[in-house]
Amino acid sequence: MSDSCDNHCPPMNDDHEVVKIAHGGGGRAMAQLLDGIFRPAFDNPWLARQHDGAVVDMPGAMAFTTDSYVVRPLFFPGSDIGTMAVHGTVNDLAMCGARPQYLSAGFILEEGLPLATLRRVVDSMAAAALEAGVQIVTGDLKVVERGKADGLYINTAGVGRVVAPQPVAPARVRPGDRILLSGDLGRHGVAVMTAREKLDLESAIESDCASVAPPVLALLEAGVDVHCLRDLTRGGLASALVEVSESAGVAAEIREADIPVREDVSAFCELLGLDPLHVANEGRFIAVVAEPDVARAVDVLRRYPVSEAAVEIGHFVQGAAGLVTASSMIGASRVIDRLSGEQLPRIC
Amino acid sequence: MKYRDEYRAPDAARGYADAIARITTRPWTLMEVCGGQTHAIVRFGIDQLLPEAISLIHGPGCPVCVTPIAYIDKALEIAALPRVILCTFGDMLRVPGTQSDLSAARARGADVRVVYSPLEALTVARQNPRHEVVFFAVGFETTAPANAMAVYQAQREGLGNFSVLVSQVLVPPAIRALLERPGNRVQGFLAAGHVCTITGYEEYEPIAREHGVPIVVTGFEPLDILEGVYRCVRQLEQGESCVENQYSRAVRRPGNAMAQQVMQAVFQVVPRQWRGMGDIPDSGLGLSPAYRSYDAETRFGAVNGEAEMRGDCLSGAVLRGEIRPDQCPAFGSRCTPERPLGVTMVSEEGACAAYYRYRRPTGGSARE
Repeated sequence: MSDSCDNHCPPMNDDHEVVKIAHGGGGRAMAQLLDGIFRPAFDNPWLARQHDGAVVDMPGAMAFTTDSYVVRPLFFPGSDIGTMAVHGTVNDLAMCGARPQYLSAGFILEEGLPLATLRRVVDSMAAAALEAGVQIVTGDLKVVERGKADGLYINTAGVGRVVAPQPVAPARVRPGDRILLSGDLGRHGVAVMTAREKLDLESAIESDCASVAPPVLALLEAGVDVHCLRDLTRGGLASALVEVSESAGVAAEIREADIPVREDVSAFCELLGLDPLHVANEGRFIAVVAEPDVARAVDVLRRYPVSEAAVEIGHFVQGAAGLVTASSMIGASRVIDRLSGEQLPRIC
Repeated sequence: MKYRDEYRAPDAARGYADAIARITTRPWTLMEVCGGQTHAIVRFGIDQLLPEAISLIHGPGCPVCVTPIAYIDKALEIAALPRVILCTFGDMLRVPGTQSDLSAARARGADVRVVYSPLEALTVARQNPRHEVVFFAVGFETTAPANAMAVYQAQREGLGNFSVLVSQVLVPPAIRALLERPGNRVQGFLAAGHVCTITGYEEYEPIAREHGVPIVVTGFEPLDILEGVYRCVRQLEQGESCVENQYSRAVRRPGNAMAQQVMQAVFQVVPRQWRGMGDIPDSGLGLSPAYRSYDAETRFGAVNGEAEMRGDCLSGAVLRGEIRPDQCPAFGSRCTPERPLGVTMVSEEGACAAYYRYRRPTGGSARE
């Protein structure tokens, strides 16, 4: 906990309180909010300096990314907006072949948001940061009028040192490269959808939201020739594969029968007419690796809980950019396309 | 997944495909009526397993696709009114009206809400007593009972702020209309299993008899469809034309009596306009006199105008099974799901969207 809070602030024991416009005004109310909720949670030397920004040492190549989080509802089975805001950015850094290190966090709070809710979100972020081994070293806070935001929005940006010996990017994908999928698909999207639409399911499907940095770093440390990494967020596996195929200028072929989808997720998707390949994930990625390294790569991935179900699902081939085909369960083939528009449940 | 994977077993699928090839001695053209079946055929590549002599053409069984554009325009008009909440199934959101679509209307501030069941729209009406809540009731016989139940319930509760914009259509009159069209090529039908869950299939028996076409009530999984094709071809090869029930795990000959009861109480049979097929007598449902006060057309004015979209879209010919989606010159170039020229490209169950999604030629060799 920072000194300033210990010495000057009344204890932040007002969890029945709500966010007010004054909390974003730069005055005493804001200082109380920062000292009462944010600093104790994110506690680190950079924040303790109370400077306009953080100064960090960063030798060598650096990866830099940003993402904004606007998920509704703020809490859903298995995760919440705060955890997502940390893991999402951590995962984007890992996809660059980098070790995630420092994050910034910008908050847009809606007037009227209960402080207890804010505290839960911030505590989730702190827990996620601890788990991922990153520090939240700088931040910003704004308050907007009631009705102008959905409770709260978070932006995080992050930097990390690149540890991959060669660039990890679609440009390095070659025909013959194998596609590894880190685990089962669709849990995050279904968890959010059930919470948002208040669909009562017999069993709660929990989001897969997690940091995937540990298995990714382990792949690189083991010397696996990783050509490309991509996390499977909005648009799901299908969109990720089409994007990589487009940028790489090679086609991809996958085997639908080898793609793990949990039974309850599968049933939910059947009911609503959704394709699990299009549903969002928050703790899944594909690794494109050189063919000789496949067995080793799968072995490394399976040592980590977040990727214990890793499996090879297909490969890249000479062919048109953006063309991804799947052999269907009954042995015929179909084109896999990226999701167009939003996912809409069908009539019947 | 139990009760699903059994119907997707590759060996059994090949077994059916071989059996179909063995009994086929000449070309036959079959139509699967339902958009859900079209989707499964294209998604799983079922047609790729069939002998070349068997052509599947895709029928008009996508409720979104056959809803006349005038109804979309009416929904847009109603949604734009103050203190109105328009509730709809999700896939109506992106269907283009003459000027706009419901998704764009929502972006401009209209209160348009996606519901998963018409009964949810009733909840919205209860929670918003100072708003008019309008449910866009589209669909075939499958959605009709639940839509009828919402109206029935609204009357029982005296919910005065609830109404429905009805564009319900019926399958058997459309099959007759297709068969009676000059130049019809369809020799046998895979009837829509879920429609028959409600209605049963007695009504199909005179159609099969009078027109000399086999009709097989068929499910939606790959093995269902392959078995439906097998049974249809077997009848054709033997010169038979009767109604068979492949989907017996869900369908009984008399159908679901309770569902029919509520449909008959709330709705009455009316003529309807279909996109791609024009006016078909007795092919739709409208609210019966006892429930007419719940008709959005009574409250907000009658729907009138065109059924079709303007321009160079050939979705009419696709809906009539006259051309395959990829035979349309605009397919995949000027017409994509992001910029659809016609409704068959918009709806998840539309034949054009299914082809675009699973068959789009992008220069590579997606198929053998």
